[in-house]
Amino acid sequence: MPDEAGLRLRRVSHRYGPIQALEDVSLTLPAGQMVGLIGPDGVGKSTLLGLIAGVRKIQHGYVAVLGGDMADPAHRATAYPRIAYMPQGLGRNLYPTLSVRENVDFFGRLFGQGARERAGRIAELLDSTGLGPFAERPAGKLSGGMKQKLSLCCALIHDPDLLILDEPTTGVDPLSRRQFWELIARIRTRRPGMTVITATAYMSEAEGFDHLVAMDAGRVLATGTPGELKSRTGCATLEDAFVALLPREKRAGHRKVVLPPRDRTDRAIAIEADGLTMRFGDFTAVDHVSFRIERGEIFGFLGSNGCGKTTTMKMLTGLLTPSEGHAHLFGQEVDTADLTIRGRVGYMSQSFSLYSELSVRQNLSLHAQLFQLSPARQRARVAELLERFDLADVASARPESLPLGLRQRLQLAVAVLHEPEMLILDEPTSGVDPVARDAFWELLIALSRQDGVTIFISTHFMNEAARCDRISFMHAGRVLAVGTPQELCDMRGAGTLEDAFIAYLEDAGGQEDTGTPSPPQGVVPGASGWLSPRRIWAFARREAVELLRDRIRLAFALLGPMVLMLAVGFGISFDVKNLTYAALDQDQSAESRAFLRQLSSSTYFAEKPPMENLAAIDRRLRAGDITLAVVIAPGFGHDLLSGERPEVAAWLDGSNTVRAETARGYVEAAFLSYLAELSRGESGTTPVLSSARVVPRFRYNQSFESAYAIPPGVLMMMLIMIPTMLTALGIVREKEMGSITNLYAAPVRKLEFLLGKQAPYILLAMVSFVLLLAMLLEVFGLRIQGSLGALVGGAVLYVTAATGFGLVISSFVRSQIAAIFASSIIVMIPTVNFSGMLYPVSTLDRGTRLIGEAFPPLYFQRISTGVFNKGLPFEALYPNHLALAGFCVLFWVLAVVLLKKQEA
Amino acid sequence: MRALGNIFRLGVKELYSLARDPVLMGLILYTFTFAVFTVANGVRTEVRNAAVAIVDEDRSGISSRIIGALLPPYFKPPRVISSQEMNPAMDRGDYSFVLTIPSGFQRDLLAGKQPEIQLNVDATAMTLAGNGTRYIQRIVQTELERFVAEDGRQSVLPAEIVSRARFNPNLESKWFLAVMQVTGNITILSVILSGAAVIREREHGTIEHLLVMPLRPIEIMLAKIWANGLVIVSAAVLSLVLVVRGVLGIPVPGSVAVFAMGAGVYLFAVTSLGIMLATFARTMPQFGLLAIPVFVVLYMLSGGMTPLEAMPEPLHTGMQFSPATHFTSFAQAVLYRGAGLDLVWRDLLAVAAIGAVFCALALYRFRRTMSVG
Repeated sequence: MPDEAGLRLRRVSHRYGPIQALEDVSLTLPAGQMVGLIGPDGVGKSTLLGLIAGVRKIQHGYVAVLGGDMADPAHRATAYPRIAYMPQGLGRNLYPTLSVRENVDFFGRLFGQGARERAGRIAELLDSTGLGPFAERPAGKLSGGMKQKLSLCCALIHDPDLLILDEPTTGVDPLSRRQFWELIARIRTRRPGMTVITATAYMSEAEGFDHLVAMDAGRVLATGTPGELKSRTGCATLEDAFVALLPREKRAGHRKVVLPPRDRTDRAIAIEADGLTMRFGDFTAVDHVSFRIERGEIFGFLGSNGCGKTTTMKMLTGLLTPSEGHAHLFGQEVDTADLTIRGRVGYMSQSFSLYSELSVRQNLSLHAQLFQLSPARQRARVAELLERFDLADVASARPESLPLGLRQRLQLAVAVLHEPEMLILDEPTSGVDPVARDAFWELLIALSRQDGVTIFISTHFMNEAARCDRISFMHAGRVLAVGTPQELCDMRGAGTLEDAFIAYLEDAGGQEDTGTPSPPQGVVPGASGWLSPRRIWAFARREAVELLRDRIRLAFALLGPMVLMLAVGFGISFDVKNLTYAALDQDQSAESRAFLRQLSSSTYFAEKPPMENLAAIDRRLRAGDITLAVVIAPGFGHDLLSGERPEVAAWLDGSNTVRAETARGYVEAAFLSYLAELSRGESGTTPVLSSARVVPRFRYNQSFESAYAIPPGVLMMMLIMIPTMLTALGIVREKEMGSITNLYAAPVRKLEFLLGKQAPYILLAMVSFVLLLAMLLEVFGLRIQGSLGALVGGAVLYVTAATGFGLVISSFVRSQIAAIFASSIIVMIPTVNFSGMLYPVSTLDRGTRLIGEAFPPLYFQRISTGVFNKGLPFEALYPNHLALAGFCVLFWVLAVVLLKKQEA
Repeated sequence: MRALGNIFRLGVKELYSLARDPVLMGLILYTFTFAVFTVANGVRTEVRNAAVAIVDEDRSGISSRIIGALLPPYFKPPRVISSQEMNPAMDRGDYSFVLTIPSGFQRDLLAGKQPEIQLNVDATAMTLAGNGTRYIQRIVQTELERFVAEDGRQSVLPAEIVSRARFNPNLESKWFLAVMQVTGNITILSVILSGAAVIREREHGTIEHLLVMPLRPIEIMLAKIWANGLVIVSAAVLSLVLVVRGVLGIPVPGSVAVFAMGAGVYLFAVTSLGIMLATFARTMPQFGLLAIPVFVVLYMLSGGMTPLEAMPEPLHTGMQFSPATHFTSFAQAVLYRGAGLDLVWRDLLAVAAIGAVFCALALYRFRRTMSVG
């Protein structure tokens, strides 16, 4: 039996396709301590944490957490409520449109807390993290540090025994970082038994941990206290100790980065910002920022996330047009339309923005081509860069399979490819490990000192900032101070740059004070019971709030069907009018003219200029000028009167068969009534043209108008297409954005998650149903002739099945594009063609009919026409309701099977 | 020249992206093969396999001859039912037509009393109801004429109208539907593919990267248009040759080359439309919802399903601004009627003009919306 609160891993291996992420890791970690995982990117830290948290599926080996095997679903179910997991990335598991309070509230609901318990806990948590004053602000508008604090609140709401933090402070400014760790320390004094496992890229943070695990290339290099690791390697700092622990070949070439002094003879101004201001609505992102950067200078930009660094850089590159102020590059005003200046600037955005579907070499070549390098120069330059940035080994690999550090190197290679005179780099080293960062800086320094390239760079690392010629501190859209690192330290009398920065930030007063963390309370219930309405409600409520905040989506979802009801309901019509025709009257008798008059006076036909000869028939039909050509041969009048039964020829344009069939029916009918007229004129009595009559009686639509028959079908179409599209993106979007982790890490059943996600959309679809119903009654003049209950009940089942189908698509596909494609094409074609809306199901051939029967629209079409046209009661329609209910169940089962509760 | 080079290279990049997305390629393949085949082969707008029942209260020689005249493939073998069964059976949709032959029909017929046969039609299925009624009337009428003629009396019609169809002699709807499916699918695919490609570039941040390079927005857009257009036009032409002509065995008399050229012009218009829609949506879910009404209208109301002339006047006028309307008319003329460019240039010009407007609007919106955020 493993230690109840401790952790044990035995021979754990994990691979993603060809990449070995973890290799034979065995590890025992003590309970109740601060444990740190340190190591470069892509060495398997996140994978290891994911396995411990139970959000990743264990491939090989044994993982024991909280006294049980994490491969055992039963143990996981009891363990989830005791574990809290904060994934990598700023606020990745948060919901950006929800407010701070709503985010925490959602997690409380997930863990089944009652309203009073939740309210108390939220108040305490927000108070203790200093988020109280921002409780109503949407999470997406918080700074990086605040997002991480909010994530922590969400993690702590259920009093976990094991807190797992994956690089919680990457990309967070120094002050927020310091406050974050102080917060964790205070929480630990309140809950001494809690184990905290953290992966971090900051060695200075790792110094404060109780126990460290150093990792490289999927293996554990060493474990021990920070002191032990340092004494073992004989190094003064942990950063040096880690480098010393690395295998020899990785250490090779690593040396301390030094910044040679700059040749200051050239003092030309490369970048000048003058009162730059950017407003988004009533929010001022950048507030009158001014600075000047000299040619060849390395200028650092420091500040928290969301303080306006990125916005400032975008204004300099011309990506954004400033609301106020001016930016000059090389003395020229930045002009978005001027392409020549772009050739002199290299830009690297914060997130990876190259094509993941092209190989490393293809990405470089594409950019070389786009920058108009000559073909020979392209080849030379690409080869040179592959060499210089050490990318030759991975030249044919695709970026998505590379570790972050390598991807950043590729981005930098692309940025310098055209040998620009200036580089604008937005957090180029965020998430890159120390060794790779140093290599990166050596490149930058060489560019600056040897080639005289001006470098404007933003960073969160203080040791990087210290290497800049000058730096500026930025906060809340304003520049607090500019100067050399030494000047800034001196000005505040601070020993380190970090202290100086924090002093400036504290003066600016933007950072919130922290309070006292909450004491532990009560015991948290586990994932007991079969289906918890509370947890379903938690998901449904969150989804509904998000939907209500997205006004555009809501409007599209409700207005789209109404517009389509009008267009398709009136537009799809088989009541053909104005059929174009031309005549060739070779007889020119009174009889022939009488027949042609019959045609031209009918509203079904529209006359075109007559044809002059037989050759014209084909020509006019081919040109699409006419649908029908009527030819009356010489002698028609004579033969008619002499009882020789002459023939009239009608030529139809068969390219549109629907129209041709209709035209044939109409022209034959017109001819018959002409004959009747004729003989009445002669004899004065209605003639006997046939021996008996077949009298049609059009049932369910007496006037035989498309405007009655088609709209019930449009209702059927709209209630499947829109709801499917609504839910089809739901899950796959969470996969792309990262919040799907909450499903993986929480004590939730898949069906609870699915039902919760589905419920708001069922409701929205029913609102749409009511609106469409009102249109059918008011605009199209339809009446509910059958059972209203059957219609409403059918609609509920039908939209449930439709949203369920969307969930199936969403669980299955991996990208949003694929989801859009699947939900439009797979749904549209059978819905329009095989449901009985346009063509009766009884005439479909057998295979096609089976396709139609395997999909819900056919059944709702029967209900819809049954109620609107046929006046049927529920007793005559219920088999369709049963079928729809069957689809609901089928789609739930499929979605549950396809949805993964753990990552691979 | 420089711009053309950029457009070409960016387009090649676009082709790589498509080739690396197996789900998308699979869906394109499905759309132009299986989807075309099932609709063309499975759906009939002409009378075929119609379900008929007869309430025979006469049980005479003529009534059994009428039953015997309703033949496959137009009709399923008719079922004889009682008059009580008729209503529930029609409510369930078991039969589209029920003929009621009253008792004493043969006697009255021969006595020249002009008796009536009642034909109950399920009018909820408009196409079948209209055409089927005329078919049944004609078949029954012919059968009666023969019966009466055998009895020694002359036919009473003094003249006849003989109708023949050009370009599709048997008016087989399969011919019509197959090609209309191809053109309809071109529409759906282009709108979604080009629009989603723009949203994806924005969501992945790659568009920002392009915008800081010496490239103009129009170059980025035109690259997307030609690359996506090329893929879809090729798929459509292959579908026409292999699936429509090959598997379905439909003789398409017109020139595939002229069609391909027209499809190219059309693609320019619809991909521009897709890009324009993408500039109105911030996220993929919004784009999905916005795209539905657009492609449904283009797919259903451009004359490929029901004739344009049948629409109410305002809608008819409105659809003149849809490129799909002109392209459908172009495709019908070229492919079925074998019309050459001399006959269809007006439609092509209209498509190109509408496309140019979409393209200009898309460019305007693209410039305004892409750089922010």
